[in-house]
Amino acid sequence: MNAVLKTLADLLAGDKQADRVVPPTGFTVRLTVFTAAAMAFLAVFALALSMASGRLADRWGEALARTATIRISAPQGQIQAQTDAVMAILWTTPGVADPRVLSRDEQKDLLAPWFGPDLPVDNLPLPQLIELTDEGYDAEGLRLRLSAEAPGAVLDDHTRWRRPLIRAADRLRMLGLVSILLIALTTAAMITLSANAALAANAKVIEVLRLVGARDTYIARAFVRRFTGRALQGALLGTVLGMGAIALLPGADPAGGFLTGLGFQGAGWILPLIIPPLAGGVAFAATRAAAFRVLGGFT
Amino acid sequence: MIELDKVVHSYGGGELLSQVSLRLAPGSFHFLTGPSGAGKTTLLKLCYGALLPTSGQVRVFGQDRREMTRDDIALNRRRIGVVHQDCQFLDHLSVADNVALPLMVSGRADGEEAQHLDELLSWVGLAPQAQSRPPELSGGERQRAALARAVIMSPDAILADEPTGNVDWEMSLKLLQLLIELNRMGKTVLIATHDLNLIRAAKAQVSARVLRIKDRRLQLAGADL
Ligand SMILES: Nc1ncnc2c1ncn2[C@@H]1O[C@H](COP(=O)(O)OP(=O)(O)OP(=O)(O)O)[C@@H](O)[C@H]1O
Ligand SMILES: [Mg+2]
Repeated sequence: MNAVLKTLADLLAGDKQADRVVPPTGFTVRLTVFTAAAMAFLAVFALALSMASGRLADRWGEALARTATIRISAPQGQIQAQTDAVMAILWTTPGVADPRVLSRDEQKDLLAPWFGPDLPVDNLPLPQLIELTDEGYDAEGLRLRLSAEAPGAVLDDHTRWRRPLIRAADRLRMLGLVSILLIALTTAAMITLSANAALAANAKVIEVLRLVGARDTYIARAFVRRFTGRALQGALLGTVLGMGAIALLPGADPAGGFLTGLGFQGAGWILPLIIPPLAGGVAFAATRAAAFRVLGGFT
Repeated sequence: MIELDKVVHSYGGGELLSQVSLRLAPGSFHFLTGPSGAGKTTLLKLCYGALLPTSGQVRVFGQDRREMTRDDIALNRRRIGVVHQDCQFLDHLSVADNVALPLMVSGRADGEEAQHLDELLSWVGLAPQAQSRPPELSGGERQRAALARAVIMSPDAILADEPTGNVDWEMSLKLLQLLIELNRMGKTVLIATHDLNLIRAAKAQVSARVLRIKDRRLQLAGADL
């Protein structure tokens, strides 16, 4: 670990002389800056995606797991009687907490997003909704008791539609992480290609350096330093741009729509900052491996 | 300090050198002659470890060439100054930087040898060209620069492959003089050359042995020179 830190410190400190013995690599190295910037930009989005879907999965998992709804559909005259019966059952069911009959206004609010605010709720034969908090009741037992005493009552414990949603959110989070991995591998591949091009273009330089007694590490370092530095610069630029783009997305709506929730929250903003050092590390490893592979061909 | 024991070398075809045994003792002065294509450059490469013998043993500073790592080879090159027949330089650096290159790559650019750089450049007559780029030099100037680069690390041994191939007689003598001086300071010298006059001129000043490659073998040339 210490050796790695020391190498990194040496790399950042730079060695003017070692940099001078390899001629400027010009175009290839500028391509590296661009590649690293573009990849870092994409990585920021992939990271935001996986964090947002992670949050979404957690939120759904948590909020939905803890509530259930009972819907009572019955002819107008019987609704009140069945509601009372259901409430009586709920109060005596172990594991059910805070059963609450939703008021007409609350029901209206729930429907508003779907039918607009002017819905004449009073004239509609709406089912009555009862909300309860789940503290570990037996759903099957409750269903049986409900069907015996209030035939119009249906228990919806949300699992039916909750599971696929959470699964989708989890899958999305994984896709985000896989994208980050692919971005890292692609960065490594592109940097390897440009490092190879630079090494091939400098075959004569490498030969002369070996002839006058340069060790492989010395020669490799001249290339590694260059590519790591440029990858760091590029990734820093791409990360800053990516984070800026995300910060400029329209603010998260409390209703928690998925798209508007894409972004980082609080300490989450620190996370994308690991992208530049990560890119530097990838460039370091890729260039080093390429350099030693090429150096093996010279005596 | 460099020993070859029953060395055979071939580049894949027939044997170029066979049963070559040679011992370069510290402080010795050797010439190596032979017709073009006889294998002089090849023999020098075997001596400084750039080539592995097909069979036989090469020992450099007591270490078997086959057991040397890449870093060992690099470190050996700092102790053996080589003037290559096709002097190779870094064309983007000045002549002065090229001559100082061995110091740079071994982290001794600020050492005491670096202070002799100007002196060394004047010695080989390259002071005016110090800031030129190698491609701007004439053939002879390149050879002088190569010699300066070979000796700047103050190596224990100097192997020179045709160091006077492209320079006039006066400059040849001057370069020879430099090598003789270094030899008097205790350094081992081996010069591959076609130039019999150069060998004669050297023999007047040092006790030099002359090796000749003939029919793939290495012989000690007699007093016929
Ligand atoms: N890398 C190589 N691969 C194959 N054959 C080679 C290689 N290097 C040299 N040879 C062959 O080996 C033979 C000896 O080459 P070498 O360079 O050692 O000769 P030399 O004595 O130095 O000649 P000159 O006086 O012209 O410099 C030549 O026939 C050459 O073609
Ligand atoms: Mg030769």
